[in-house]
Amino acid sequence: MNVISLSGWDLTLAAFLLVLLAVTSFRIKLGLEKRMLIAGLRMTVQLLLIGLVLKTLFASCSFVLVFLMSLVMLLVAGYEVWARQKRKLIGARGYLVSTGSMLISSFTVTFLALTVMVGVDPWYTPQYAIPLLGMLLGNTMNGVALASDRLTSEIYNQRSLVEQRLLLGQSWQEASGDIRRDCMRTGMIPIMNSMAAAGVVSLPGMMTGQILGGSSPLDAVKYQILIMFLIAVGTGFGVIAAIWLISRQLFDERQRLVLENLSSVK
Amino acid sequence: MKAAHSPLSSPDTRRNREQGLRIQQISFLTNGPYDLTLSPGQCLGVTGPSGIGKTQLLRAIADVIPHGGDCLLDARSCSSFAAPVWRKTVALVPAESFWWYDTVAPHFVVDLGQGKICEWLGRLGFPGDVGSWQVSRLSTGERQRLSLLRTLSLTPRVLLLDEPTSSLDQKMVRVVEEILAELCVKEGMMCLWVSHDREQLFRVGTRVFSLEQHGLVQELCS
Repeated sequence: MNVISLSGWDLTLAAFLLVLLAVTSFRIKLGLEKRMLIAGLRMTVQLLLIGLVLKTLFASCSFVLVFLMSLVMLLVAGYEVWARQKRKLIGARGYLVSTGSMLISSFTVTFLALTVMVGVDPWYTPQYAIPLLGMLLGNTMNGVALASDRLTSEIYNQRSLVEQRLLLGQSWQEASGDIRRDCMRTGMIPIMNSMAAAGVVSLPGMMTGQILGGSSPLDAVKYQILIMFLIAVGTGFGVIAAIWLISRQLFDERQRLVLENLSSVK
Repeated sequence: MKAAHSPLSSPDTRRNREQGLRIQQISFLTNGPYDLTLSPGQCLGVTGPSGIGKTQLLRAIADVIPHGGDCLLDARSCSSFAAPVWRKTVALVPAESFWWYDTVAPHFVVDLGQGKICEWLGRLGFPGDVGSWQVSRLSTGERQRLSLLRTLSLTPRVLLLDEPTSSLDQKMVRVVEEILAELCVKEGMMCLWVSHDREQLFRVGTRVFSLEQHGLVQELCS
């Protein structure tokens, strides 16, 4: 099946629908119209630019360019995870912990998938490496950000209880164990729900894209299954890593709670 | 100055050969440095104006807040103990207690139906089934008594008490004082008892001190 190429007119029509929504927002005083239009414009520019970047990248198949592109994606994902937390770890360590978690959750899993499961040659072929990494970063980011935000907030809110447990001779792992496990569950539940609902409630985006792009539904489904497993594994290990790394920063060498390492909420 | 009639002040203890707890130049935030010494079996009363840092002093000794100076137990520095071991040995009972399981029993490291803890529960007015009680239904006074027993079940060498009887009636106050006095006399346990109730401090303490600004510790006379 040939792909039906979309014209500029088709996209303008879709954009017009967004403008219609913005007008409605203005009429019913939602106050979202400005944000909506800016977000729409930003998304269009970002995607057009990334389209151009990917075109150059796919044509060159250069390891250095793929590496640089991946690095930029990782650094932005790390920043997003860090920025989404209400109470952040202050200083460079906050950003490093977030980026480190994303590195574990996405880079290692993508590398494993490219070398062992997909088996593409060379393994960094940009047509496979960049979309796979993008899917993993985008999806695991939510879980890691959710779990990290919950951990810092819960430890802060339950500081007296954590200190009580420390006073009774518990180690920092025991004193914060319930909270840490709860936060890990919070980070992993969305991907569990997505897996449970895939194909029944929703047709996942990548599969839909492949089908629209002309792939056979069975091939699309196989890739989607692979991606879902990878996202689940990446999210799980990313969340576990993030919770561990952040927790270590919240207790000092004498196992005292050091909330001074968290930013205050204004 | 000295409450000679107090059972807590008896020097005849099993561990009087040991050196006890020495608080050396302990400082925290803008408070201190403070120096205090506790011998085995001794109970020191500590009072002082609100906001002077009595609670923070206890938290610093329990090593749950960063502090300057050192605490030596039998001439061994606090830092030579693993942090959890130190906090079980020099245990703090905070003014407000916190609970994380639904029922009482899982918060204790010992079986509530046996040994000393069972006897103390009875003396403090709790029936045998207290372990199954819902924490959410405990009164403030019940929480305070159980919190003390929860810490005592760790068999600490030093007990740091922050207003331990503030929510109890007079009868229960006396029972708590008796139990702690027995532990000091028979087991050589040491107590650092913080309270605004000077009358009580003179009743239970070998000596009573008042914390003042700039690290001054003034001994009070009854």
